Amino acid sequence: MSTFNIYMIGVGGQGIGLLSEVLLRAADHAGLTVKSVDTHGLAQRGGVVVSQLRIGADAFSPLIGAHDADLVVALERHEALRAADTALKENGTLIYYDTVWQPLPVRLGEVPEVSGEEVSNRCDRLRARLIRVFRPDLADARMQNIVVLARIQRLGLIQGLSAAHYRQAMQDLMDGTVLKRNMALFDDEGAAAEGISA
Amino acid sequence: MAADTFVQLSLMNLIGGMVIVLGDDPGANSSQNEQDNRHYAHLAYTPVLEPSDPEEVYAYYKEAARQGRERRMPIILRLTTHVCHAKQKIAFAAWNPIAVDRTPRFDAANGPYIPLSATVAELKERALDRLNDFRAYADACPLNRLTDNGNPARGVITWGLPYLSLMDAISVSTDRPDILKLGIVHPIPQDPITAFLKSHQEVLVLEELDDLVEKEIKSRAYDLGLTARIIGKRDHRDWIGEYTPDKVRGILHRIWPEMVPQPFTPGPVSEAPERPPQMCPGCGHRSAFYAIKQALADTDITVAGIGCHTLGYLPPYEIGRLLMCMGASTGIGSGLGLFNQTRRVVVFMGDSTFQQQRLAEIVKAAMAVTGFSVVIARHPCMLKFNREQRRKPGFEPHQVDIDQTLCEQIHNCVARFGCPSFSRAPDGRIEINTDLCIGDGSCVQTCPTHAIGMPSKK
Repeated sequence: MSTFNIYMIGVGGQGIGLLSEVLLRAADHAGLTVKSVDTHGLAQRGGVVVSQLRIGADAFSPLIGAHDADLVVALERHEALRAADTALKENGTLIYYDTVWQPLPVRLGEVPEVSGEEVSNRCDRLRARLIRVFRPDLADARMQNIVVLARIQRLGLIQGLSAAHYRQAMQDLMDGTVLKRNMALFDDEGAAAEGISA
Repeated sequence: MAADTFVQLSLMNLIGGMVIVLGDDPGANSSQNEQDNRHYAHLAYTPVLEPSDPEEVYAYYKEAARQGRERRMPIILRLTTHVCHAKQKIAFAAWNPIAVDRTPRFDAANGPYIPLSATVAELKERALDRLNDFRAYADACPLNRLTDNGNPARGVITWGLPYLSLMDAISVSTDRPDILKLGIVHPIPQDPITAFLKSHQEVLVLEELDDLVEKEIKSRAYDLGLTARIIGKRDHRDWIGEYTPDKVRGILHRIWPEMVPQPFTPGPVSEAPERPPQMCPGCGHRSAFYAIKQALADTDITVAGIGCHTLGYLPPYEIGRLLMCMGASTGIGSGLGLFNQTRRVVVFMGDSTFQQQRLAEIVKAAMAVTGFSVVIARHPCMLKFNREQRRKPGFEPHQVDIDQTLCEQIHNCVARFGCPSFSRAPDGRIEINTDLCIGDGSCVQTCPTHAIGMPSKK
């Protein structure tokens, strides 16, 4: 069985850590061999956070090679472009939450903000599937990661994982109101209608 | 200061043993450098075990604890960033609770526990003996593993995360090298290494950061008159950076081109703008730097300490042009002040540094120098504060807003105050990023046209 590589990227504070742990445990619940590694860097100070997941018994290192990610999951538009430029495999899939947290050079007016078109051009060049996720009515920005998780599940982007596995993983990691709210968002059928699927 | 204590440990009888977990950061994922702390082990005659993945961390830890206790010495368990932060399913051994004997066992007779010049020779002799005994254990240790791919022409000696990188790099090769994976990297297991050198024509020592093991292997090979060609580091590239699978592919391709295909050549660096870390929305340091910068002359020299305030070095503040380590800022500031009659020196430090080290120094300096001032920024960490506020019942998030009719795009907010909650549109229009703003309101005073509204309910 060939290895399925998932590269996750976001800005510190967006919940990449939780998202990564959910995927890791969901894969484990599905009986798959999986390993992952986080690069926190200076996450808490708004730096880039990366998490890499490799599903399959033949993977040794938890680190994915350049342009070797079958699935890239990004929680912000600039990071989506960064990952498309460095991690996304040809014919792979990029799913990203289309929010913008402008990095310093953009805020200082030195470089323009990355556009949705740039991301989609990059994916075209790699013949990669692009899925843009956005939910305008989302009350709590910290739950953007769960909206993306729900879309991953609905589109079956990770083979072998069912909704039950994701739910089990969420139950492992959260409880009380936090679990209830996240689970409700995950199960919300309305979320499936939002955004553009490519 | 930590090194003072550390170098004594191997000279003493640690009757309960000790495991020292050492975290190195090849590739400097979040460090100021990528120093190879195995040098400390050599300095202090302390063995080093180096696991590759979480499963090995568990097994090696137990072995290190066992050996440390039996030999009454410290053992280093060396981890690197992506071994530390890796996640993997592990089967733990059964938990067998034992009754803990709480009898204090300190006995000065197990000493000396006071290092003095008179005891140096005796203690050092014992430390060297212990290291030698450990070498005998290392030679036969099952943590060392040989992978026989039936290749007497080519072998690789490696360990730690680079071992995993190697396995990925050669996974598609038809002509795989034999691999000697070391579990113990100091003292190096001489017997398995010698046997490996005798049975292979070319042996690559795949070693991340410095060439410590490579040099020892070559030295011993010379002593024994071995004829294998030992391949070590060739240029600076082999000293710098983390040995990821891609980097190892590159190294193998340079040495044995047919073994791995041309590795992925990094294309143009991503066109996505850099994302340096920054102070959080609402951070008190931002308000302080914003004010201080207005009081600074171009010729003033600012010295940073370690902490969130270090981020003031970035635009737009550019405060703190020198930085060494925690506690160094006062010393650096003093040095810059010597024979300096014309340029003001402003020293910064974090509150932890202040509490731990510097109060006495500041008092001494203030007593010696006229015109000396101290600014103490009292402000809670907003990340922590906001998190606590959010958890309180009845919490209602607030945010500021911008009255676009008052805004004249002077851009003090986004470009001089620099809170990440301000977003700049291509036409220069400023919006509040509602994902980020925590409604602290420290930005309100920065707008000359009063376009920023006081925090109100979202």
